[in-house]
Amino acid sequence: MSKVEEKLFENRYRVDEGRPHIAIINADVCEGKCTAKQCTYCCPAACYALEDGKVVLTTDGCLECGTCRVICDDHFNIEWSYPRGGFGILYKFG
Amino acid sequence: MAEKFDAIVVGAGPAGNSAAIVLARAGLKVLQLERGEYPGSKNVQGAILYAEALEQVIPNCRRQAPLERPIIEQRMWVLDDETYVGSNYRGVKKKDEPPTRYTVIRANVDRWMSKKATDAGVLLICEATVLDLIKQDGKVVGVRTDRVGGDIFADVVVLADGVNSLIATKAGLRPTIKAADVALAVKEMHFLPKEVIEQRFNIANDEGVVIEMFGKITKGMMGTAFLYTNRESIALGIGCMADDFKKGGITPYDMLDEMKKHPAIKPLIAGSEVKEYSAHLIPEGGYKAIPQVHGDGWVICGDSGGFVNAVHREGSNLAMASGRMAAETIIKLKEEGKPCTAPHLAAYRAALESSFVMKDLKKYKEMPEIFHANPQFFTTYPELLNKAAATMLKVDNVDKKTKQKEIAGEFVKRRSYLGMLGDAIKLVRSFR
Ligand SMILES: Cc1cc2nc3c(=O)[nH]c(=O)nc-3n(C[C@H](O)[C@H](O)[C@H](O)COP(=O)(O)OP(=O)(O)OC[C@H]3O[C@@H](n4cnc5c(N)ncnc54)[C@H](O)[C@@H]3O)c2cc1C
Ligand code: SF4
Ligand code: SF4
Repeated sequence: MSKVEEKLFENRYRVDEGRPHIAIINADVCEGKCTAKQCTYCCPAACYALEDGKVVLTTDGCLECGTCRVICDDHFNIEWSYPRGGFGILYKFG
Repeated sequence: MAEKFDAIVVGAGPAGNSAAIVLARAGLKVLQLERGEYPGSKNVQGAILYAEALEQVIPNCRRQAPLERPIIEQRMWVLDDETYVGSNYRGVKKKDEPPTRYTVIRANVDRWMSKKATDAGVLLICEATVLDLIKQDGKVVGVRTDRVGGDIFADVVVLADGVNSLIATKAGLRPTIKAADVALAVKEMHFLPKEVIEQRFNIANDEGVVIEMFGKITKGMMGTAFLYTNRESIALGIGCMADDFKKGGITPYDMLDEMKKHPAIKPLIAGSEVKEYSAHLIPEGGYKAIPQVHGDGWVICGDSGGFVNAVHREGSNLAMASGRMAAETIIKLKEEGKPCTAPHLAAYRAALESSFVMKDLKKYKEMPEIFHANPQFFTTYPELLNKAAATMLKVDNVDKKTKQKEIAGEFVKRRSYLGMLGDAIKLVRSFR
């Protein structure tokens, strides 16, 4: 387990299987146009991974902070919404 | 649900709960919608609770609220890579003067406040994400959710949905928040036996310590860190502006882990069990980033309006105060038989302006830009300050005057006279 996975492991989630609440709008923009690919190092839950030049998004560990939405401001390539009511992160302490 | 409400409150954080409680106590028919499984399940705070803001919503709050420790000592640390220079203030508890600041566990506070709202008659529906506002002839008349069947209508919608302010943005009531106007904070909850915390921080069982930190730990980014003592846990967090994280260098979780290795912090959390890792944005754009906060049939409260005083780490109290003021405005209109139109709801904005909420935000309106554009306040100066302290405290047969000269020379070398003069002016401008 990576360091951040260890951290997320302590958290409680109710994952909405098969219904991710965040989506990359156009994968070609990430691969071809976005040089910094800032989502891969700004997300506090490391939901965006770089694999062979492609950006792969897995929202299971998402903390619903909204950072990726605001930092993808060169290409506005993220469609962002909250999970369905009751799903997602469940903070015990906050 | 074809029912119509006097008011719909979106969100059950401090802003939404305050608005809902005040509205319901005045006899209004209130529906509150919260996307989390329970109030608090989505929310993050340090957390320091400011009792006087809560007192105005829930009288006698100190006797009932789930408080952790009253804060009797505040430490301020300016950190270099391995050292820090700091100052402490330790007060005493006074019989006739109750404390104004307490550490709290945020999820507990939200749940407790929410219970007060439902006790007052608020109809709370959790696990309901509001998707859209319903507009008629340009006026907001209700909301659409993913749970409650169909559309729900009300005379006014109170948007207390937090920093991302998605609903208002989607409805075109405000622009999208900018990376330069929000900080991303990450936090961990470190559990330790009560006695260990009390020994490590030199406190009794009903006393708490908070440490506010800045300096090299944020790696040149504009940001701060905190360590707060709860009853049986320590909250440790660090946050920087999102556009600084965007520039790259270090991930938020690595920054947090690096901070935990700092020789001054490591022993304070040694042996603890981490039970939660959280992340949240904080609106830190200040006065200049505040959007339009009222219109036909709607008001915005709390973080979604950008009401955070980053300098003093106040947010939840501004959220409570703005929620209360929005509610009071709505109640008055109701009593006078006036509709919740933009001109009438302008009284909410006026109430904010004449309160500490806007007054404090105005006072520091230059601050975000100045600190943002001048990373030396987070790098060079903390380093110089720490070096100066080390030089003066080292007893090595060098006379003190020579040491002073050496320190002054170092400052000039790193920042130049003109640079320091400029920095001093900037500091004055940002705090004025
Ligand atoms: C790390 C950190 C430390 C902090 N420390 C302090 C501190 O020590 N003291 C202090 O006073 N402040 C502090 N703050 C700031 C403080 O937490 C906020 O200012 C405060 O929580 C704002 O309250 P709010 O009610 O406006 O928003 P929130 O607390 O964010 O509440 C918004 C609510 O709306 C719900 N919601 C959002 N969208 C929808 C939707 N579409 N449908 C239904 N429900 C929705 C959310 O689930 C949430 O419950 C800190 C913040 C952070 C991140
Ligand atoms: S920051 Fe936006 S455009 Fe760039 S890689 Fe990430 S999602 Fe794609
Ligand atoms: S919302 Fe936050 S945690 Fe979720 S994917 Fe975006 S940056 Fe990561």
